[in-house]
Amino acid sequence: MTQQPTNSAASAGGVAAPPPTGPVRLTINGEEHTLQIAPWTTLLDALREYLHLTGTKKGCDHGQCGACTVLVDGKRINSCLTLAVMHEGEDITTIEGLGTPENLHPLQQAFVDHDAFQCGYCTPGQICSAQGLINEGKARTEDEIREHMSGNVCRCGAYVGILNAVKEVVDKESLEPRK
Amino acid sequence: MSTTNYIGKPTSRVDGPAKVTGTARYAGEYAVANLAYGYVVSSPIAKGKITKIHADEVLALPGVIQVFSHENVPSLAWFDRSYKDLVAPGGSPFRALHDAEIKFSQQPVALVVAENFELARYAASLLRVEYEQEAHETNLETQRAKGYEPGRGKTGFQPPPPPRGNPDKAWEEAPHRMEAEYVHGAQHHNPMELFATTVEWRGDGKITAYDKTQGVYNVQQYLTKIFGLKKDDCRVVNEYMGGGFGAGLRPQYSVFLAVLAALELKRSVRLTLTRQQMFSFGHRPHTLQYLKLAANADGSLAALQHHALHETSHFEDYTENVVNWSGMLYQCENVKLGYQIAKLDVYTPLDMRAPGAASGSVGLEIAMDELAYEAGLDPLEFRLRNYAERDQNQDKPFSSKKLRECYHQGAAKFGWDQRTQAPRSMRDADGKLIGWGIGGGVWDATQQKSAAKASITADGKLTVLSGAGENGAGTYTIMTQIAAETLGLPIEAVTFKLGDTELPEAPLQGGSWTAASVGTAVKNTCEALGEKLLKLAQKMDNSPLKDAKPEDVEFVNGQIRLRADANQAVVLRDVLQASGETKVEADSSAMPNMLKQQQYSLHSHNIVFAEVKVDEELGTIHVTRVVNAVAAGRILNLKTARSQVLGSVVWGIGMALMEETVMDHKFGRYVNHNFAEYHVPVNADIHDIDVLFVEEEDDIVNPLGVKGIGEVGMLGVAAAVANAVYHATGKRVRDLPVMIDKLL
Repeated sequence: MTQQPTNSAASAGGVAAPPPTGPVRLTINGEEHTLQIAPWTTLLDALREYLHLTGTKKGCDHGQCGACTVLVDGKRINSCLTLAVMHEGEDITTIEGLGTPENLHPLQQAFVDHDAFQCGYCTPGQICSAQGLINEGKARTEDEIREHMSGNVCRCGAYVGILNAVKEVVDKESLEPRK
Repeated sequence: MSTTNYIGKPTSRVDGPAKVTGTARYAGEYAVANLAYGYVVSSPIAKGKITKIHADEVLALPGVIQVFSHENVPSLAWFDRSYKDLVAPGGSPFRALHDAEIKFSQQPVALVVAENFELARYAASLLRVEYEQEAHETNLETQRAKGYEPGRGKTGFQPPPPPRGNPDKAWEEAPHRMEAEYVHGAQHHNPMELFATTVEWRGDGKITAYDKTQGVYNVQQYLTKIFGLKKDDCRVVNEYMGGGFGAGLRPQYSVFLAVLAALELKRSVRLTLTRQQMFSFGHRPHTLQYLKLAANADGSLAALQHHALHETSHFEDYTENVVNWSGMLYQCENVKLGYQIAKLDVYTPLDMRAPGAASGSVGLEIAMDELAYEAGLDPLEFRLRNYAERDQNQDKPFSSKKLRECYHQGAAKFGWDQRTQAPRSMRDADGKLIGWGIGGGVWDATQQKSAAKASITADGKLTVLSGAGENGAGTYTIMTQIAAETLGLPIEAVTFKLGDTELPEAPLQGGSWTAASVGTAVKNTCEALGEKLLKLAQKMDNSPLKDAKPEDVEFVNGQIRLRADANQAVVLRDVLQASGETKVEADSSAMPNMLKQQQYSLHSHNIVFAEVKVDEELGTIHVTRVVNAVAAGRILNLKTARSQVLGSVVWGIGMALMEETVMDHKFGRYVNHNFAEYHVPVNADIHDIDVLFVEEEDDIVNPLGVKGIGEVGMLGVAAAVANAVYHATGKRVRDLPVMIDKLL
């Protein structure tokens, strides 16, 4: 049996040149950044490779795992499925913008208290997703939280802790008037 | 009252704040100057030859630096032994870009290096590679007759013990009998973090490889042998690992390729694999198991046969202990165990959480359930009647075994006595079928050689070093607890560093042995430092400890004090200041006490109770409740240990209901090689899970009395779920995962 499959979609001969770079202005965690990047750069890669904000994780690059979740104008999105250039003028919040080791955000503290992670790789995405869920104001019951946190895969299987951590913060927040 | 006793407490992870804030640094995240990016091109065929690589086309793109392939890889180490890592199985290890031969689908055939990630990915997508395809064989079912018994080769592999009694005759004569085959497909580890390596070029042929690995020393010796580097010139670092589960036990082709590129280009290089490529370097093998069990009228096991066949590659004999456990979990005089592997055109399988035992416990524990029903016995009662007081494989007593307590405490917690035996006899208020099932297992308690170093400064801050790994198991935390308690310091005063070949050598992070191995080394080292501190204390004017021997004193609450009289104490910080030393150091190591250990069988055990609810109209299965009772020696940290077992249950649920990497035999390729189609449990799949630790005192396994809990918790989970499905529906599914179509 002889066949000659090839890897590539490109035809023989010349290949198209990569696109030129240009300035992209992003507001991340309240700070303005201007990056000189090609328009095909995802928001995730812009954060990790150009801004060294590596708290946002790459787990699949296909919107299937949620590790890259960030908040854009308060809404949670998969930063691997969107281009950086599409987010000029928007307010981007990453895990680094929620809290610091010395001054943890309530969700971050709850995740530590409930041991809602093991390896920690999905954790920033889980926490950003949980903040997005709180902003949405939808989830109140345990089943709702489980369902609405199911876009964030945790291979260590820390789901029991994640549920308890998110529930603790949701319960606390619900005592206060919603903004 | 001591406030510095930390061992056993549910201490929160000391690395928690770093992980929840995104400041923990993983392999592909180190900021290094002048970084080039690599992207791997993978083979679309399973077997054949590369006939042409059109590298010139992509090299013409501005910003593309190099295309590495077998055509331009420099001369490297020649002999197989240079490519053998510490846990390599027998055979000839795969060498990436070595020659034109394709041995498995998704084999790396080229590495494109470019000035940035986007360009490297683009160029890789354009690279034309031509192949001459040959017929492949990837189907284990067709290779049943070609199974063979592998030799020893891989560390930790034990061929099955010889048969005992006369299992065939005993089976024929017994009143209750069963025989069946059990199957599960290939499964992939899929840690959340993609395999990645950042190689920092330090000039002059010196590199630091920040690599995703469960063993920095294993990677270092692999790289130094292949590339002819000196150890000092090849530092390997892994401070945090985003999950391993065995995927990082062996050095992967990603680290080889990244280092190759860095050395050739004399430049720093980062290489991150894709999720799809994570299905190309090892998996839990597709395994067929045949069980033939019989019971006497009194419910005692009359005969037990367990035979397994699983896949391996054409180039290595991957082995794991699948059937051996069946000769020791239950008392039986007539036992025969068999184990074979068969070669396929796939990559070599790789240890994956509880390798062998996770598979073996599926076969044994579903078979035990089947036989319990044949004998008309409650499955738990059946296990109690066959309780093994002694390891019959080795004919040795257990160093400790509290499995009976696990049975009783787990049953009480779960409410097992409310179960009715008949299938389809329990329903919930909504009419859904309820099923309750059990399954359990046994895992090795081992200790490996390990070293550590400790230093304390005049301000009372202790730093402890050992090149161990942190992949989520809690190594940072438990080592900090052990060090703090041993020297009586507040936990905040202790820093534990790991994951670096510049630190004292520790074993691979795997096999559930880190707590026992590194923990004992940390304890010994801190005790050695304590003796030095005692000597300094004795030099102080009017020291109340002047005549004390090391065994007469204890380190508690920042003091050294006499055990006999706690008032006779000195403050540690005063000792350091009076000594005039800026730093006091000690190093030590730990080895298993073979003389003591070889008289015993050293094992952890568990039993899992699972409840499923099945919607008969839709066929959907939900695992609504699990109790996992574990006897694994001393528990060092209730919080992190519980998380390990919770995670194991999630893994078991995945194995039972979802996980299977499906091979398209026409192409010899896994078709669901991504997170959308390789299903792992998500939050909505997981409900109530209870973890019970039945503590065992055991001074034989190691001085800490710890057996390890990373793997034992997964045993029996998949079987318990499958057994619960039978109890709910009356349908016995013997090929995992149990999916809707198998219930229709």
